Amino acid sequence: MAKTRVTMKVNGAEVEGLVEPRTLLVHFIRENLQLTGTHVGCETTHCGACTVDLDGMSVKSCTVFAVQADGSEITTIEGMANPDGSLSALQEGFRMMHGLQCGFCTPGMIMRAHRLLQENSSPTEQEIRIGMSGNLCRCTGYQNIVRAIQYAAAKLNNVEFKEAAE
Amino acid sequence: MNDMTPTREQRTAALEGMGCKRKRVEDIRFTQGKGNYVDDVKLPGMLHGDFVRSPHAHARVKSIKTEEALKVPGVLAVITAETLKTVNLAWMPTLAGDVQMVLADGKVLFQNQEVAFVIATDRYAADDGLNKVEVEYEQLAPLVDPFKAMDQDAPVLREDLAGKTTGAHGPRKHHNHIFEWTVGDKDLTDTAFRKAEVTIKEMISYHRTHPSPLETCQCVCSFDKVKGELTIWGTFQAPHVIRTVVSLIAKLPEQKIHVIAPDIGGGFGNKVGAYPGYICAAVASIVTGKPVKWVEDRIENLTATSFARDYHMTTEIAATREGKVTGLRVHVLADHGAFDACADPSKWPAGFFNIVTGSYDFPTAHLTVDGVYTNKAPGGVAYRCSFRVTEAAYCIERAMDILAQKLGMDPAELRLKNFIKPEQFPYHSALGWEYDSGDYHTAMRKMMEVTDYAALRKEQASRRAAFKRGETREIMGLGVSFFTEIVGAGPSKNCDILGIAMFDSCEIRMHPTGAGIARMGTKSQGQGHETTWAQIIATEIGIPADNIMVEEGNTDTAPYGLGTYGSRSTPVAGAAIAMAARKIKAKAQMIAAYKLEVHEDDLEWDIDGFRVKGLPEKFMSMKDICWAAYNSVPPGMEPGLEAVSYYDPPNMTYPFGAYLCVMDIDVDTGVYKVRRFYALDDCGTRINPMIIEGQVHGGLTEAFAIAMGQEIRYDDTGNVVTGSFMDFFMPTMVETPHWETDFTVTPSPHHPIGAKGVGESPNVGGVPAFSNAVNDAFSFLGSTHIQMPHDFWRNWQAAKTLGAVA
Repeated sequence: MAKTRVTMKVNGAEVEGLVEPRTLLVHFIRENLQLTGTHVGCETTHCGACTVDLDGMSVKSCTVFAVQADGSEITTIEGMANPDGSLSALQEGFRMMHGLQCGFCTPGMIMRAHRLLQENSSPTEQEIRIGMSGNLCRCTGYQNIVRAIQYAAAKLNNVEFKEAAE
Repeated sequence: MNDMTPTREQRTAALEGMGCKRKRVEDIRFTQGKGNYVDDVKLPGMLHGDFVRSPHAHARVKSIKTEEALKVPGVLAVITAETLKTVNLAWMPTLAGDVQMVLADGKVLFQNQEVAFVIATDRYAADDGLNKVEVEYEQLAPLVDPFKAMDQDAPVLREDLAGKTTGAHGPRKHHNHIFEWTVGDKDLTDTAFRKAEVTIKEMISYHRTHPSPLETCQCVCSFDKVKGELTIWGTFQAPHVIRTVVSLIAKLPEQKIHVIAPDIGGGFGNKVGAYPGYICAAVASIVTGKPVKWVEDRIENLTATSFARDYHMTTEIAATREGKVTGLRVHVLADHGAFDACADPSKWPAGFFNIVTGSYDFPTAHLTVDGVYTNKAPGGVAYRCSFRVTEAAYCIERAMDILAQKLGMDPAELRLKNFIKPEQFPYHSALGWEYDSGDYHTAMRKMMEVTDYAALRKEQASRRAAFKRGETREIMGLGVSFFTEIVGAGPSKNCDILGIAMFDSCEIRMHPTGAGIARMGTKSQGQGHETTWAQIIATEIGIPADNIMVEEGNTDTAPYGLGTYGSRSTPVAGAAIAMAARKIKAKAQMIAAYKLEVHEDDLEWDIDGFRVKGLPEKFMSMKDICWAAYNSVPPGMEPGLEAVSYYDPPNMTYPFGAYLCVMDIDVDTGVYKVRRFYALDDCGTRINPMIIEGQVHGGLTEAFAIAMGQEIRYDDTGNVVTGSFMDFFMPTMVETPHWETDFTVTPSPHHPIGAKGVGESPNVGGVPAFSNAVNDAFSFLGSTHIQMPHDFWRNWQAAKTLGAVA
């Protein structure tokens, strides 16, 4: 199948590659760019394990063609740590609040939570639960993911962490 | 001593040993997208395999044409059963003593069964290729309803078994019969029922569902023709067992098979078995001489690899008018699908379902299980439970509620009246188990106290009255569940897999600087073994957990183990860790005695080293002993400090718990709301409370999913109608209730550290709590039992049937 050249800015770096028109963005990220932190859990847009940030929006990269992302700016989980390599507030929150177990949904969760906190810097528990409802987790029962995001929000807002009421 | 000398508390805390809410070491890589899962494995020249699957539930395969597929750019080969026959691999043995087609051989027996394997340069080309494989089918009558499996005129599913009147577990009664399994005293039980003042009987179904971890099953197989070695990276909960199975069926020397289970994205039982994808990828690699990757998609995962449950349990209890149980009789019709591929210890065709007497002192019980074939996917894995324990817990917990209803007793009171008493432990159950320890009354009373159970019952009574007066359309249910699990398979006297006793193992090697590595026969799929195993070692030998690296999943370096499932890691491998650590400590004591110039018996252990009794200043830390082990051991002693333990447990462990679900249901819509869920777990000694709580949250969420909607459902022609996350209920953050956790601690008397295992308790206890809540809500309208799953539609149907909705 004929291939098309695409260019994008991924985690701050200009990248380019040849893709088929049908190549999914998640496969471009995982196979061409070798950024394997973005996972595939369902291929039907339900689970959110493949969530990345694309031009300031959360997208499920299993349902975006790579050619659709041509010219865009993308952040994946590999671009989330602080510049000095330390864990970002969200990454730290997930660890401190035990917001992950097998780790497979975690990159998608963190990418979605990152955008959620850009949209709403102090979400209530209910706002977190609704805002994160496109991401499935099979291990944690979500409660500690909610706390992880609350932890990160507090840290980013420079306030003391306390769990929000329902 | 100066002010800088750490206190005993500080020294203990520095170890981050047992009881510490230690943060997980795994999370550093997982939160940065640096995990290494199977699909992340990329090898030079790697090919991809994908399956042609059957659209039919039951059909004869007339022909398979591959010519057009082979013309597709990138497609290199197509493997069929005919290809596999040349290497004698068209069929494979199952863990349950049956055989299973790797690729359709003459017939297909369930929808999405593997028919051909297309090998191509990438996953897109493989998909193009499989669309060009032409398969001609002749449809046959499908058998979907297990209750019709043993009808006289039922279609013959397994032609390969023609004339075989005996299977792996005894006589077969019918061409679709797999086994009958009987436990208990029939005569005594029949007598109890004849004499009973009160009896109940109900057919309680536990529907077919699926573990569905977020990462599907997958592997990469790489055969090195020069060395004759096969390396397999795979999503394996039991890597060593996979190595042995591959060796036995592929006739490769076991030392030339390297099985690597890297990070695993959840298992829940789905990744215990051996699937056709593994065999085909291995054969494809041997044929092509290149590495071959196989990755299931979600639809394949839900429809082809390893369902769970599908037990239909006709349950009877005999009791006195005062509510003392006198007998239990259960008959199970077990739908095993097209092949008996249940992942149970070999001698247990229905797993440990004979834990079905639960937490109650039944003087007698009798159980029969009939396994049957149907045109459904094979499997029967323990989805977040020890083998068939969740079915058993659901069965007895639902039945106890039905009995309470018949007697007009409160379900909690009925349970308290029949619990095994603390002084009865070790308790011998009527169906043959020896319960190690328990204090059920304390746990139950704590649950009732914390939740103010009495007040909730009062509220329910007044709301029922209001409903009857027409003032509300909402009904309230209280779901009480008190479960006893049986985990930690298991003692070699009764547990093996393909003849290998179900021990587990740990090897600890200490380095000169006071650090070390522990290698394990287990394999974490999210349980956090890298964190918790080091905590056990830290407490046992006084080296900080941070200084212990835990390694799992490489069969070349790890001691042989039976893997992680059935909550067996802590009861079995956790014990092996403690025993290996104690061997280290024993040698360390000899070294310390030599260095401190005293007799070993003059030393006492003190948190992180040995101290001379009565001479507190004469102390040698474990860190210093590690160094000494490499340069100044006593004469005649070998240098080094390492130990290995293969632990064969003397008994299973029996975790238990008391759960309460408070639920409100709108009868006009069937919409429910879980107002409160309280879970008290007793898993014996607690290694890491943070991780325990996380396990309970996760298990409860899976229980919630199963009880309230998660089902693998087939239509009358054998089509799966819940084959994607659109139809298969996966709760999001919005639906998932808030979880309240609590605990009591009753250590296991036979386990070296008293731990019992917890990962699966919340699934086992949670499902009956949810289902009992729904059933309790509807009971005052005249129902005795409503089958799961309790989705909105079914709740609404129940309300209609009971006349609550016009």
